[in-house]
Order: sequence, then C-alpha cells, then structure tokens
Amino acid sequence: MEEKCKCGNIQKDTFFEGLLNTYLPEKDNLIQMLNEIQEHYGYVPMWTQKELSNYLNVPMAEIYGVVTFYSRFSLKPKGKYNISVCLGTACFVKGSQKIMDRLQERLGIKQGETTKDGMFSIEETRCVGACGLAPVFTINGEVYGKATVQKLDQVLDELIKNKDN
Amino acid sequence: MKTLQEIQKIREEKKKELELRVNTKADTREKHILVCNGTGCTSSKAPKIIENFKKIVKEKNINNVRVIKTGCFGLCAKGPIVIIRPEDTFYAMVSPEDCEEIIQSHIIEGKVVERLLAKDINGSKVKSLDELSFYKKQKRIALKNCGVINPEDIDEYIAFDGYRALARVLNEMSQDEVIDIIKKSGLRGRGGAGFPTGKKWELTKQSEENQKYVVCNADEGDPGAFMDRSILEGDPHAILEAMAIAGYCIGANQGFIYVRAEYPIAVERLKIAIKQAEEYGILGDNIFGTNFSFNIQIRLGAGAFVCGEETALLESIEGKRGQPRVKPPYPAQAGLWGKPTLINNVETYANIAQIILKGADWYASIGTSNSKGTKVFALGGNVNNIGLVEVPMGTTLREIVYDIGGGIPNGREFKAAQTGGPSGGCIPREHLDTPIDYESLKAIGSMMGSGGLIVMDDTKCMVSLAKFYLEFTVSESCGKCTPCRIGTKRMLEILEKLCNGEGTELDIYKLEKLAVNIQKASICGLGQSAPNPVISTLKYFREEFRQHAIQKECKALECKAMSQIIIDEEKCKGCGLCQKHCPVGAISGEGRGKRVIDQNKCIKCGTCLTSCPFHAIGN
Amino acid sequence: MEKEMINLTIDNQKITAPKGTTILEAAKQAGIDIPTLCFLKEINEVGDCRMCIVEVEGRRGFATSCIQTIEEGMVVHTHTPNVLEARHVILDLIISNHAKDCLTCTRSGNCELQTLATKFNVLNVEFPGEMTKHRIDDLSPSIVRDFNKCILCRRCVAACKNVQEIGAIDCINRGFESCISTTYDHSLNDVNCTFCGQCIEACPTGALHEKETIDDVWVKLKDPDTYVVVQTAPAVRVALGEEFGMNIGTNVTGKMVTALKRLGFDKVFDTNTGADFTIMEEANEFIKRFKQNDNLPMITSCSPGWVKYIEMNYPELLPHLSTCKSPHQMFGALIKTYFAKKEGIDPKKIYMVSVMPCIAKKFERQRTEMQNDGLYDVDNVITTRELSRMIKQANIEFEKLEDSQFDNPMGEATGAAAIFGTTGGVMEAALRTAQDILTGEQLEKIDFEQVRGGEGIKRATVEIAGKDLKVVAASGLANARKILDEIKEGKADYQFVEIMACPGGCVMGGGQPIKSSKIRSEIDVRKLRADALYSIDEKSTIRKSNENPVLKKIYDEFLGEPGGSLAHKLLHTKYQKREKYNI
Repeated sequence: MEEKCKCGNIQKDTFFEGLLNTYLPEKDNLIQMLNEIQEHYGYVPMWTQKELSNYLNVPMAEIYGVVTFYSRFSLKPKGKYNISVCLGTACFVKGSQKIMDRLQERLGIKQGETTKDGMFSIEETRCVGACGLAPVFTINGEVYGKATVQKLDQVLDELIKNKDN
Repeated sequence: MKTLQEIQKIREEKKKELELRVNTKADTREKHILVCNGTGCTSSKAPKIIENFKKIVKEKNINNVRVIKTGCFGLCAKGPIVIIRPEDTFYAMVSPEDCEEIIQSHIIEGKVVERLLAKDINGSKVKSLDELSFYKKQKRIALKNCGVINPEDIDEYIAFDGYRALARVLNEMSQDEVIDIIKKSGLRGRGGAGFPTGKKWELTKQSEENQKYVVCNADEGDPGAFMDRSILEGDPHAILEAMAIAGYCIGANQGFIYVRAEYPIAVERLKIAIKQAEEYGILGDNIFGTNFSFNIQIRLGAGAFVCGEETALLESIEGKRGQPRVKPPYPAQAGLWGKPTLINNVETYANIAQIILKGADWYASIGTSNSKGTKVFALGGNVNNIGLVEVPMGTTLREIVYDIGGGIPNGREFKAAQTGGPSGGCIPREHLDTPIDYESLKAIGSMMGSGGLIVMDDTKCMVSLAKFYLEFTVSESCGKCTPCRIGTKRMLEILEKLCNGEGTELDIYKLEKLAVNIQKASICGLGQSAPNPVISTLKYFREEFRQHAIQKECKALECKAMSQIIIDEEKCKGCGLCQKHCPVGAISGEGRGKRVIDQNKCIKCGTCLTSCPFHAIGN
Repeated sequence: MEKEMINLTIDNQKITAPKGTTILEAAKQAGIDIPTLCFLKEINEVGDCRMCIVEVEGRRGFATSCIQTIEEGMVVHTHTPNVLEARHVILDLIISNHAKDCLTCTRSGNCELQTLATKFNVLNVEFPGEMTKHRIDDLSPSIVRDFNKCILCRRCVAACKNVQEIGAIDCINRGFESCISTTYDHSLNDVNCTFCGQCIEACPTGALHEKETIDDVWVKLKDPDTYVVVQTAPAVRVALGEEFGMNIGTNVTGKMVTALKRLGFDKVFDTNTGADFTIMEEANEFIKRFKQNDNLPMITSCSPGWVKYIEMNYPELLPHLSTCKSPHQMFGALIKTYFAKKEGIDPKKIYMVSVMPCIAKKFERQRTEMQNDGLYDVDNVITTRELSRMIKQANIEFEKLEDSQFDNPMGEATGAAAIFGTTGGVMEAALRTAQDILTGEQLEKIDFEQVRGGEGIKRATVEIAGKDLKVVAASGLANARKILDEIKEGKADYQFVEIMACPGGCVMGGGQPIKSSKIRSEIDVRKLRADALYSIDEKSTIRKSNENPVLKKIYDEFLGEPGGSLAHKLLHTKYQKREKYNI
C-alpha cells in the first residue's frame, strides 16, 4: 500500500498565498511556480500540486507529469545534509564516479534517496561549474573541490560525529 | 528613463574612469582590485575575498582603491583569481587570508606579492595576465567584457560601448540592413549544429504574424561546459542588447531567456541587468524614443538536458514537459504558442553587438572559410589549464590542448579529446592537428556542440567513456520517441555488459545496429546524436571494445569487474603508505614487509595507485 | 476557395493532393500503406512511435509521415531497406519492453502491436533488456490499467486530455521510466476520471480494458436459485456484430436476443423500454420546470460519465440536471418491483444484468442511490465487448443465429428509445413526447433533423406547441464544458440540453467494439452505427414513448402518474458534489 500523503490538506501558508499573488493563473507559469515551491519547501508537496491544479486549471496528472519530468523537482524532502556529486564530464574524467560509489556505500542509500533518519540524501548533478576544482561534490550547496575518497570519508565522519553529539 | 544623450554622457564619463581596466599605462593613481566571481571562483570563497578586501580598504582608510566583482577570467584552474589594475598583476589561488598581505604589500608598499603570482606551464611566475601562455592564442569577442566590467553595473557596460549597437540599429538602420550585416558576418549558431544566424533571423522575419518572440537559449546542459553561464555571469547586458536588436529585426516585442535554475548567480545577474535596463528605458516601451518596444522575461529551467533542444525549450517555456516537437515546422514558422520564434543561444547573442559596431567584414576576417569568428570552449579533464578559452575558428586542437591548456598533467599521454558533450564524439591523437570548425569536426565524427572540450589521458577507458555518455543520455532522454527511449537504454545495457566482462562480439554488432537506427529515426537532436559517442569511440578505439568483448580485459583499469589492482612485489619497498591511505582497509602487511591487496575488500578507488611513491601498484 | 494542389512522387508514383495533406494520407490515396502505431486520426498526431517514418530525398534523417505535410516536388520512398530496417528495430524495441503474454490478453486478435509483429515477422526479440514494471490498477469499478502492456503511444492521454479535456492520466517520469499514469500513480478510482472509457477505445494494446465481470454472470447463470434477467442498451445491437466480423452498423437485434437466450438468461429484455420510461419522466419533468422556469436549462442525466463529470467539476450546476435515472437503472428498478410482483418472484433472487456500450455504467450501477429497499436496481453491467466474449466462450456461431424477439411483458419499445444511443437522440425522443403532452395531441411531425449528425455541439430552435424552444445537444466532455461554462456565465439562452459523455454518443461508448486506428481513419464508425439506429426508428411502428402500450399499462397498473411519488422513488435519483481527487 502506498502511503497516503497526510499533507494533502495542509492550509495554504503565507508563502503560498504570496506565490498566488505573484503569478497570474496562466499555464505557462507552472514551472516557475514549481521552482519557487521547490526552493521554499525543499520539495514539491502534494498539496501544493493540488492547489496549483485549481489555480492554473491544469489537471493534477499533468502537474505530476511535469514535476517528475524535471530533475530539480523532488517529491520528498531532502536530507538535512544533501550531498550532491558532480558527474559532469570534467569531474567524471577525474574520477567522480568513485566518489559517488563510495558515498552510496557509506550511507547505504542510492542517489535520489534519503537516509531513514533524514540526515543525508544523495543526488548527482551535471556540472556545478567548478571544473577547475574537479572532481567536486557539494553539501547543501557548499562546494568541496579536488575530492578524493579519503576527503569524502573525512567529511562524512565529521558530519556523523556532529549528528551523534 | 534616460535619453540617448544622457546615456552617451554616462558612457563618456565612465570611459575615463574605467580606462585603467584596459590600459596598463592609464594615467591615474586609482587602483582597481578585480575579483573573479564566476561560479568556479565563488565556489572557492571569492565572495569572502571581496568582503575582506572591502573591509581592509575601509579600515585602512585607503581611498584610491576600488574592489570590483567581475565575471570569469577564464583560467579556473588557478582560481580564485585576483587582478590588480592598471598594472594587470595576476594573483592566483588567492585565499581570503591573503587579502591583508595584498593590500599591505601591493597597494600600500607597491611591492608585488611574489608568492601569489600565477605560475605558467614552464614554472615561471608571470606578473600579468597577458604574459600567461593561456591567454596568448585567445581572442576574446564573446568574452570581451568578462573579467573586465562589473556585471552588476549597467554604467560599466555602457562605458565599454554597451548599447551603442542597439542605438545605432534603432536610429539608423532598417531591419533588412541589420540582417544583412549578420548574414555577411558569417556568424553561425553556437549552440550545436551551426545554422547561419542571419538566415535564421531572415526566416523568422519573413513569417507573417503579428506576434513573434525572441528567445535566448541559456539552458546549457552539456555536462562539463560552462561557456554560456560565464557570459551571463560576466556580461549579462550583452545578451539583453542582442535580444533587443533581434527583436527589432524580426518584429518581436517580447523576449524570453530560458536559463537553468542551477545557475543561481547567472539568474541573479540577469535579473539585475533587466531591472537596470528597464530603469534606463533601454528595455520597455519606445526604446530610445523610437516606436520599438521590447521586454524580456526570465524563465527558469528545472533540470532537463533535453530542454536545450529548441522545441523542447519552447514546450518548457509554455509550462509543459520538455518534449521536443517534430520539425518541420521550425520555430521560425511556428514556435512559442505557435507563433514565429527566433531562438539563439547565449554565445551567439554575445557576438551580435560587436558585429554591428565593427562590421561584418571585421568579423568575417576571423576564422575559416565556413566558420567565422571565435568559439568559446570550456576546457576540462586531464589538462593543466582548466578553464574557459575563446579562440578563433580554425585553431587546432593541439594548440588548445598544449599551448593554451598547457598539456596533460602528471606526465601522461594524450589519448582523446571529447567535444560536443553527449552529442559529440571523441577525437583521437591522429586528429590533434584538425583545425576546429563546424565542418572539420563533423568530418572526424564529432561536432562543435556548445563548446565542452574534455581532454582524456591514457588512463581512460573508452568503453567506460561511451557508457558514461549513454548513462547521461538515458537519464536525460525525454521518453517521447521509441528509438531514444528504449534504444539508448538497450545501448547502455550492452555497454554495461561489455564493461562487466559479459559482452561478446555480437554485442558490438548490435551496438552499431542500434546506433545507426537511433540516429536516423529519433525525433530530436538529443536522440539523433545520442549514439555519437559510441560511434566515434568505436571508430577510433574499436580494439578496446574488442578487448573488452573477447579478452575480457580493460587495459585502462577502469572497468572494475575486469580489473584487479595488485602490488608488484619486486617494486614494493614496504613503506606502508598505500595501507595508510586505503579507505577500506583492503591492504595488509606489516613493518617494512611487502603489502598485499585483499581483492574481496578492494573497491578499486585507485587511492593506493596515486599514493605509492615507487609506482609498484598497477594492473 | 480552391485548395492549392501539390505534386509529389511517392514510391515512383506521381501524386497530386491538396496542400496540407500529410505524407501518410497522400500515400494512402495512392494505395500505399504506411504502418503506424501511435497515430490516431485527429486525436493523436504526434509522431512518437516512429513506425511511420519514410525517406524524403534531400532530407537528413527520416520524415514523420503521419504529421509532416507534403511539399511541391517532394520525392518520398516508403520502404527502402533503410526504412524497413529502422522500422524493424523500432518494433523490436517496443516489443522488448512489452509484456508478451498474448495468449492471456483480452486484446489478442485485436491488438495493433500484435498485427504489426505478425506483419514484420518478429520471431524473436533482437534487443532484449530490462522491462519497466508497473502495478496493475484494478481498483475502479470500470477500468483496469495494466501498463506493463503500454507502448507509450499516448493515444489514451490524447483522448482523455485533448478530446475529453479531463486529464486524469498523463505521461509521468522521464526517459525509459516514462509511463502513463495518474497523479502520484493513484488508482483511477481516486482521481478525476469520469470512466467514459475513451482511453480504452484509443488503446492499441491491452494496457487499458474494462473491469471484466462476466465470470459473475456465469456463476449466476449456473445457479438454479437465481432468476437472471438481462437487458440490452440501444447502441449494443448496432455494434455487437462487429465482434463477429460483420459490417460496422449492422443491426443484429434478433441474433443478439437469440444468443442471450442460448446463454441461459431467464428473461431477455430491452433497455429501450427503460428508455421510453426515461422519456416519459424526463419530458414531464421538463414541462413542469419549463412552465415554472425552474433551473433552466434542464440537462439530461442518462450518461453516467457525464453525471460524474458535472458532480466533480460543476457541482454548483447540479440543480440543472434532470433527476431521472438512466434507462437501464429505471428498467432494473421496475424489474425488481413491478415485474417481480407480477411474476411472483422474490426480488432478492433476481439478478439483473445490463449489457451496455458503456463502462461508466459499471460505476453508476453501484452508486448507493441506485437501490430500492436495499436491492440494487442492476446487479451487473457488462459491455458489448464482454457480451461478445460470453457468446464466443459458449461457442455460439453468432453469424448463423436465427432472429428472435425480446421477452414479454416488457419487450415492447419505440423508435424514440432506439435513437437514445446516439447524440441528439435523447433530445429528439423527448421533444416528440413533450410536444404531444403540451398540445394534448398526437402530432405527426416527429423528426427533428436539427439535432441529428456528428457535430460535437448542435444548437437548434424548435417550435413546440406554438412556442420557440431553444435546445442544445452536446457530446464529448470538452463540449459539455463549453455548455456548462455558458450556463455558469449566464450566457445560456436555451431551455433544454442533452449531454452525452462520449463523442458521438453511446454508439461510440467506452464499452463498444474497439476499432483500429486504420479503420477509424478510413471509416466514419459513428455515422454507420448511428444510421443503423435511425433506421430502427424509422421502421418502428411506434415512434413516440408516450404511445408505448407497455408504459401505459405499467403506469396504470403500478406507477401511477409520471413524476408521481412511486415514479419518483423508483425512477428518479439525486446527485452529490464529488471531490476530483480523493488523495
């Protein structure tokens, strides 16, 4: 059985009200509004899709189709530490796949997933634009350049230690 | 709102003030500390450097110094970069802690901080940017203002001839005259296939419709390419100006810039630029008192490579899944909401104003017979000078890799260069002297693409590289048409088999059969070009595929299933460094004794390989 | 204005066709068949599957013949070795990600993918690999989605989103993981689906089909204690023959009745009799509301997909809806009351089966309002297709059957009822009766040509009893939306509206025999089936519901007045606002 989303009935908050005031109810605003929702909540909650469906007069299936098409949108909240490994060509050539493999091994989750305790999530990105520092990974947007498996281990150890404290 | 005269006045005043940016002999006691704020340098604390400089300048009450945030200087490998003008001193890998010393020594005492000077490939320290071999063969047109002006200040753009082309076009030229100049210049689209820009403008102008649109494709999705982003970050007004000129030519009053949401700095600077341009009346109604009106809106992409394909991009602007449309009809006939639409990419637009100001002949004098002007490349991978380079068309790959890029690090050999990203192909050693232009790249099985140029040394496995690109294509395929949706997946599965040592020669045959048919039968450029990395690697490195399929061997050691990392007993001196560095504790041995790798534990990360001082570890 | 003509060459044949013609159509005119899969004329013209690719001289890559139009001087080759190889690879790839359980698939023998595989002689899959896995959604009473059989042609999405403007399903995810689904992959039961079933009609494979319930019918037929009654809707009789190779639009009423009797039903009745009741009730309701100007326009309510639609999308307009149940529900209610009493059968032992051209009826029959004294009016709804399967299961050679008559005492129906099965038919039937009631005469003028035909919205002004009455007949939910918006915005100047959920009406319902894309692009299926109904009407001796002697008898003996209290209890219903998304 899939989980019923409890947030289906959440009342619109001030951010969301503001969003509706900013954008006209025109279909081409859908992706722009979803971008803001993703930015604000860290994911695109189901209730926001329901509200947008009403506001823009676009069926929910279509909105869901858009949300699942674009990789920037996520349906679930990301971990407290969202670790993103660049798999752009420049980083790949410098061994970023090894960083990704190690990360998945250490955290026991695959890319696109979040650990059960909600602490970590893994993503892949394609070029964060720091090719001079390749390979890179980012944690909550902060760039860690010239990465190695050891460097990753150190950073993870540090974060896990902090979490336990 | 500013009149043309007022803008001219700003230009004259600012020009004097900013002379020191471009003239090392400028007669001034002012100094400008330029700090690169491109994404690369920003990732390594450039904003903190600016903050520190500003704080120190204020504390020390120095009044002839200005700290300027600029776009990318290009040499990302040496970032964060700080340049001091007018003397043009080039400081590399500056940390926020170095600011104090730079101010004290360089600014106050007039002594260059030697330890922070950039080193050239030969090891010599260079004092100024121009001395670096990295810049010697470059010619900056699209990147002209990047690293020179503050992208968040419209006045600085105006000072360097900004919006002069637009003013000239609107006041002195007919639509056809402008299109004629663009056509004569020989400018071709910088986003991929190289369609002649002037022709595109002409076709869009010819479509009869009241409502038309101008679109800027800033959805740079090629992994490992960041040309467009650097232009947007370093010189956003150049794009706005070119779009307005395009709007005038084709008869559009609305423009859209479709930019990746993953480019927050570029988006922010575009927003600032649009706001400033609107305040000056350069965007909006009746621009420069003419009856031409033009507005620009930003539309954010949301992470879909396929949206770089022009019709998918249009779908996305309309708020839909970015699934390409069948062409024809082309956007010039039926684009956004079915209206004629002109789409060019960022780099293409970045050339427009200068072509108008300097003339078609000037532009056409640069480059090769069929490819005019310059091309910006994001040079990356196994090369010393990673960064952004702009070279005249016709420059050879060898010049880019060795003269500008400074060759391959760690004394390794060049194996191949990849251009055109997931749509392009690999260029092997034997084609290093190919002059880079649209036709010659195509002839050797690659393509210009948007400008990613990744160098690979001899430790790279070409089968895994093909697999890497197919992984990318499979995850970025929109899923609309069968050949791309299922075909690329099947190609990837075959490549995975090969890399796992489970492939056969029949698989190579199947791979080729799929490749050819996907190329021909897919709807859009993504699918049609998705097999290119496989086709070109098969063309030049077929033997490697056969080794994987028949001998089950990956000489480059990349394919884990087929490779073992072992320690050569002869060479091992028992230093234990490998053991110390191994992240999974797979290496055993004691004291000065030989070390052994437990193959069951080894994750083939390669850390031991690089840590061994005696080169005792290998296949 | 004369259309500009274009000259081109296809497979060395010189062809002239009007500008705007697609390569596919032009080839068809020249007798050249190009295979298609995702193409569904005027509904899904997107060029996704790539089966229809052809070579055009001077063009890089292949052209998409189903959407790209012809150009002057164009030279087209439809089956070069390159094209054939590419089509073969494409078909192979589609099959590589398709559940190949044809033997147990409801569409076996009527599957466009299977047809192509046979044509291309696909004997093994050259490029096998991972297959996408999908949960089967069989929670709704009407539709089963098995997307392991989906080939991503998106014909269903086009039918749902563009034709009906519902958008219950859409393409989700990306690349190889793309699939057609609902929001958050919920069951169709929990989203804005109206169960019109147009998606099923559009599907080339077995990915979408009705929730089959014929096994329940077999169980009841075997049970000696159950009195199994069947009724058949008007549209069924003009389509059922297609499943046995007969021409589209063949009227097989007599054979159908014989088959049903052979299957073992205790009584075989005609829903048309129910339709006559609906007209009596609806005409009376309309006249009352018309005189009192009460919630006009009044809108018909016999299409359950349409009823679900208005409940979900325009609940504020529900008072406009006629309170009449649909014909088979009325009939079911009468069977379990009037008929049971008359025959002395315990209504609890009656099992009422409706054979319908519709899958929304499966949903309708289990609405809680549709019962009386704790018994559902109708116990099982099967589609035209399901009936054909039962006949095949019983090994009955349908084509060879003799004709027989519906059973009495409720076997008499009028021509007015027959045309219920097509758009405009309910309107026309109601007008025939309404004018008689208003004038108190038996009028001769009974053909209302203005509301016939296949257009999505038909507006007419008809003179009835000296008064001008403005009426509209709309079919297809996108057209329904237009009418509802007019009413909502106060722009409606008409008094009576007929709405049917399926474009063309019940003859094109979601339970009718599925026609391939090729047939749909060559033949006007709707017209042939509708014409057959009008022909039944024309040949009928009684063509007005108010003249049906069965009705007179039942009103006299049992119901009392049309619209009276017992009629209200049994033959009318009520509606409720529904959430579009129960998630």
